[in-house]
Amino acid sequence: MPNFQIGLTHFLVISSLLFGLGLFAVVTRRNAIMILMGIELILNAANINFIAFNKYGQLGVDGQVISIFVIILAAAEAVIALAIVLNIYNNFKTVNADEIDNLKE
Amino acid sequence: MNYYEIIFYVFAVLTVVSAGVVVFSRNIIYSAFALLFTFTGVAGIYVLLNADFIAITQLLIYVGGIMILLIFGVMLTTNVTNVEITTQTLKALPATIVVAIVSALLVSTMVSTKWAVKDPISVESTTINQIGELLLTKYLLPFEIASIVLLIAMMGAAFLARKN
Repeated sequence: MPNFQIGLTHFLVISSLLFGLGLFAVVTRRNAIMILMGIELILNAANINFIAFNKYGQLGVDGQVISIFVIILAAAEAVIALAIVLNIYNNFKTVNADEIDNLKE
Repeated sequence: MNYYEIIFYVFAVLTVVSAGVVVFSRNIIYSAFALLFTFTGVAGIYVLLNADFIAITQLLIYVGGIMILLIFGVMLTTNVTNVEITTQTLKALPATIVVAIVSALLVSTMVSTKWAVKDPISVESTTINQIGELLLTKYLLPFEIASIVLLIAMMGAAFLARKN
């Protein structure tokens, strides 16, 4: 760390770590719901960046408004994705992403 | 160390460690509940960044809404009564290498870049007024589109999830 006092860099490092963990979940997990959780982690990391630049950078309150839109889209995405996952479970009896490889049973 | 730093490190450790539990836990139920702590920790970080409204929104929507949906999804798609609630990983080694490289690049970029930092002293008491003003002036069109997106998402989810 270049300076010890809590600054922009600390928050950006946290969001980078969250992004890395979310990316790992998306890439490696087989369960579709775990992939969704990874996507939520990535979106949270992006939100932390927006709000950190709102406080420390030159972004202004616009950063908070943009993060509200990100949260809205995350909610819509989670709802649709879970509906799709439930449908997949009804049809295939599994939610493992690597076993769902045909369009029709 | 003042109180701000102590609280920051508490929330930072809470967030990152519980996110690690989410990603590396074998049991998907543990992952779901660890995600709860991650979202709460992120809300605390928002509070430290003077974003009180976003923190409340995070608690309401993520912890109260998305988490419940995810736990419903977990319980509806896994046989909780049986033992099969663990999830396997795919191609763990190459993924670990790639993700480690990406994360290290990101962190080193974040640390080494000279960001155009302004003086963060000007702390408003709350940002709700400014957020509301921006939502109804500069961001009016995205705001209205967001309402339509939510409506369509609700209809689509109800259509997709019903039987037959």
